[in-house]
Amino acid sequence: MTRRIAVVGAGMAAARFAQQTLAHAPVGEVQLTLFGHEPHAPYNRALLADVLTGRYRPESIALPTGGADIRHGCEVVALDPRARTLRTATGESVSYDTLVLATGANPVLPPIRNLHSTVGTGLKEGVHAFRTLADCVRLAEAAANATRAVVVGGGVLGVSAARALAALGLPVEIVHQAPHLMERHLDEEAGQTVRRALLAMGAAVYTENRARALHGAEGVTGLELAGGHVLDTDLVVLACGVRPRSALAKAAGLTVRRGVVVDDTLATSAPDVYAIGDCAEHRGTVHGLSGPAWEQADVLAGRLSGARPHAVHTGSRVLARLSAGAIEIAAFGDVTDADRDTDVLRLTDATRGSYKKLVMRDDRLVGAILVGDLATVGDLTHAYEREEPLPPDPLHLLTTQGAHQ
Amino acid sequence: MTLPDMTSAPPPPVDTHCPYCSLQCGMRLRPVEPARAGAPGVEIVERPDFPVNRGALCGKGHSAAELLSSRHRLTAPLVREGGTLRETTWPRALDRAASVLEKTATRYGRDAVGVFGGGGLTNEKAYLLGKFARVALRTANIDYNGRFCMSSAAAAHRAAFGLDRGLPFPMEDVARTGCVILVGSNLADTMPPALRYLREQQAAGGRLIVVDPRRTRTAEPADLHLQPVPGTDLALALGLLHLVIADGHVDEDFIATRTTGFERARASAMAHWPERVERITGVPVAQQRKAVELFTEAGTGMVLTARGPEQQSKGVDTVGAWINLCLATGRAGRPLSGYGCLTGQGNGQGGREHGQKADQLPGYRSITDPAARAHVGEVWGIDPDDLPGPGRSAYELLDTLGTDGGVRSLLLMGSNPVVSAPNAEHITERLRSLDSLVVCDVVLSETARLADVVLPSAQWAEEDGTMTNLEGRVILRHAAVAPPEGVRTDLYTLHELAARLGCEKGFPADAEEVFEELRQASAGGDADYSGITYDRVRKQDGVFWPCPDGEEGTPRLFLDRFATPDGRARFADVSHRPAAEVPDADFPLHLTTGRVLAQYQSGAQTRRTPELNRAAPGPFVELHPRLARRIGVGEGDLLAVTSRRGRALAPARLSGAIRPDTVFMPFHWAGPGRANTLTNPALDPVSRMPEFKVCAVRVEKAPAEATETAEAAETAEATGMVEVAETVETAKTAGESS
Repeated sequence: MTRRIAVVGAGMAAARFAQQTLAHAPVGEVQLTLFGHEPHAPYNRALLADVLTGRYRPESIALPTGGADIRHGCEVVALDPRARTLRTATGESVSYDTLVLATGANPVLPPIRNLHSTVGTGLKEGVHAFRTLADCVRLAEAAANATRAVVVGGGVLGVSAARALAALGLPVEIVHQAPHLMERHLDEEAGQTVRRALLAMGAAVYTENRARALHGAEGVTGLELAGGHVLDTDLVVLACGVRPRSALAKAAGLTVRRGVVVDDTLATSAPDVYAIGDCAEHRGTVHGLSGPAWEQADVLAGRLSGARPHAVHTGSRVLARLSAGAIEIAAFGDVTDADRDTDVLRLTDATRGSYKKLVMRDDRLVGAILVGDLATVGDLTHAYEREEPLPPDPLHLLTTQGAHQ
Repeated sequence: MTLPDMTSAPPPPVDTHCPYCSLQCGMRLRPVEPARAGAPGVEIVERPDFPVNRGALCGKGHSAAELLSSRHRLTAPLVREGGTLRETTWPRALDRAASVLEKTATRYGRDAVGVFGGGGLTNEKAYLLGKFARVALRTANIDYNGRFCMSSAAAAHRAAFGLDRGLPFPMEDVARTGCVILVGSNLADTMPPALRYLREQQAAGGRLIVVDPRRTRTAEPADLHLQPVPGTDLALALGLLHLVIADGHVDEDFIATRTTGFERARASAMAHWPERVERITGVPVAQQRKAVELFTEAGTGMVLTARGPEQQSKGVDTVGAWINLCLATGRAGRPLSGYGCLTGQGNGQGGREHGQKADQLPGYRSITDPAARAHVGEVWGIDPDDLPGPGRSAYELLDTLGTDGGVRSLLLMGSNPVVSAPNAEHITERLRSLDSLVVCDVVLSETARLADVVLPSAQWAEEDGTMTNLEGRVILRHAAVAPPEGVRTDLYTLHELAARLGCEKGFPADAEEVFEELRQASAGGDADYSGITYDRVRKQDGVFWPCPDGEEGTPRLFLDRFATPDGRARFADVSHRPAAEVPDADFPLHLTTGRVLAQYQSGAQTRRTPELNRAAPGPFVELHPRLARRIGVGEGDLLAVTSRRGRALAPARLSGAIRPDTVFMPFHWAGPGRANTLTNPALDPVSRMPEFKVCAVRVEKAPAEATETAEAAETAEATGMVEVAETVETAKTAGESS
């Protein structure tokens, strides 16, 4: 008998789950439907910054879905796990045998005065989130007519957005609360290296600064910082992180903490309801990255297609990896060197704008950063993933000089 | 003027081709007075006018004449009596072979008799062997070691282009193309004369990119060497396609007018963005970008694959992804551009075209196609309904030997699966459990030693026959010397066996006669040979198929249209997946297998050529010095390499040219150092190709007792030729006394 699998969400996790499930399930055994609130078929969110620069056409970043039935522009507004039905915004009730929540995340809106439009519920004109393809298309149009831009947030997304806007020729400023850029992944020196690279592209960075208010009546004319200084701008991009979309699950009575709580089989607290990707909280962790989302999608697809019925997800080794034009960054693990038990190896080449660091505890690699020169990134990430003991002179993980000795 | 004395003039030299790889280099055999008793009566000299190698030969080719006189040749049929192989006469051996095959068919049904062929057999032998299985034995179960060779590329080729010919262009085009991406080929070792084309290509300003987990002699001079984790070539190809799209190198016109299926291929490429591909393959994004830059800035380009990407449980998809790269950039179906497979075995190409593959009939026809069955049935003079259907693929056939519902008696010709099959210990057990094994071979190979009947075969310079090289060029080998007394051609053997099985007609022992029938059987098929004759091959330095009767051959395919029904090439809809076995805590390293310069395949020929055996006397484990330090081993230490299937022992050879997470073993040897004891028989779902190129292993210093075993074996290996000779000698003595 055909099993009906309904997937709420049509983002990256949903697309991967669909493609993997349909690739492995016996033909005709599974009927799989994606319900997505966005008006497009699934696309690769990791490429949005380069949709903004014009490198990709919006329609060319579509992801494979293995022939799943895709209902885009169709928001799911309610679940009834006991009756095994979901309800869409248009009032349609749909029955399922298995439900997968892949609702993703929403951008976090920072507490900035005058952020919202005075008419309607959206953001003020000139203010943009940077999460969806629609955001990206609107932002590209706005950027074409803007004179200066400010990006609020200096994490991976903020750096990526700033570089893309700079590549379009706009003067850009980044306002970031923390002491240095990408503080979740980089140490201070790496953050400084990235800052210099951004500056060379035409993007200035103000760290330890908080945005307080927007100026301008109709559109934006400036962004006021907590210290009172006003940055003149007519375009503001918000890149302040994301928060799991879990309201639907919560309303249906599922256990939700920061995200929808799942076990190692990706099962939620309701029978035959699973959650994967940015909306899921696994072993206390919510990721918001495509890598872990796809690992979860693969495990669940293995189980539900029957290809790997005993597959489990025990967590992801997270790698922050950003290629933003000339800026190349890879970082993972614990990169601070405050701990006295760790050994640290650093290579800095200011003229080439590269900074590299290994953090080791005993003979194990616990964290690393590469900025600028990523020639050894393959070996480095494999060393991290494999958890193998390092040789006494792990310089080869930082430089390819003498790699063949 | 006086007439030359015809009686004392030496006979003229004979133009022929090398007995080894798929280049099928031209060579000339000049009769000489043997320097010693049993020495070859010919010497090999250059044949500069043959276009593929223009006279050049590698060490294997140069020393090939040694094989003719080798004291390891079988010179009389052997039959097993009381557990020992003893010499006998041809009629007795043939009677015995025919009777065991017939007995099995009677007792267990026709499909309980199996046939296993080889990619080194001539077209005539391959054709007649296939016919023998279907007509004389009427079994569905025939397959061959070519399944382990190029079946993945063949399937991908057909899916994309509607036709499978290794190269759609002559080798000479390789020297003139703008950029070559060579994926998983170490041709500097495996087909050395082909290296010249790459050297010329680079000298003319062309770029060479080599993809290989090892920095081989082929990779060394490349403009760019990408060194992916074994088993991740598919992700790499998809990643390069991603960058082609992202950076605007897509040939929109070509895609619109000459292909179908781009949308899905593009979507799949979008799921393999560079940073993700870097994580999977270990190839840095910057190198991926460089590869795309080199490939697209040249006006023309080729992707050539070999066993690296093909011998994987996703080999078909992997080749499909590389073909996609060619199609998206318009590097196919145009002069000096395209995708090609560097076939391995001497007749890997022809061997798969004429019916020794489980699912195919001559002319590259499908055995399930009613029209194909009708055509071949007519040529063979039988009712198409009497033709069996498709049988088991090579590994599946071997895996079920001696089991209920499996093959109980096997006729094996030109193959040595004890050494060359994956999971070889298990396959050896299966071979031992057969009711009967009949082997046709030149020497007493490791597999022949298990046989109940061994029929000594004539070899390359002793018989006529055509081969089809990697270019799809049909070439002709001429007999230059007579086979040793007591040796017969395989065609003779099939002729005699067929007669004993009730088929007096239809199995000629004369090669050209067989070829004439092959022409008819192939007429109208994909691999149409109907216009090719021995005479024409002689006059034209080979003829490229397809060559329908009355037409010219086809050196270059697809320039006007692809061979699909609508004339368009088809993009493959493929996605990366991991190898069937990935490293874990118990088996933390990748093993990849391959070849060395001085040996060929299972070594049946080269291990018996002293000069080659001195150059490459035994197995070894290549590993990175950092890995060696980590596990505490040094150069030359005996290592135990263990996989889920078994353990192999071989000395360490340290090299910075290999990834530190991977070890390499060549697979030419039997005994404790047999690499295929370890390999994983996970099969590609389409081609049924086993995953020779990647499995998970543990490597450690061999324990003391293992060292003794290996030393004993090493001594046996070094004196292996003596041992083989002794076995036959014993048999001879026994034969004489009986």
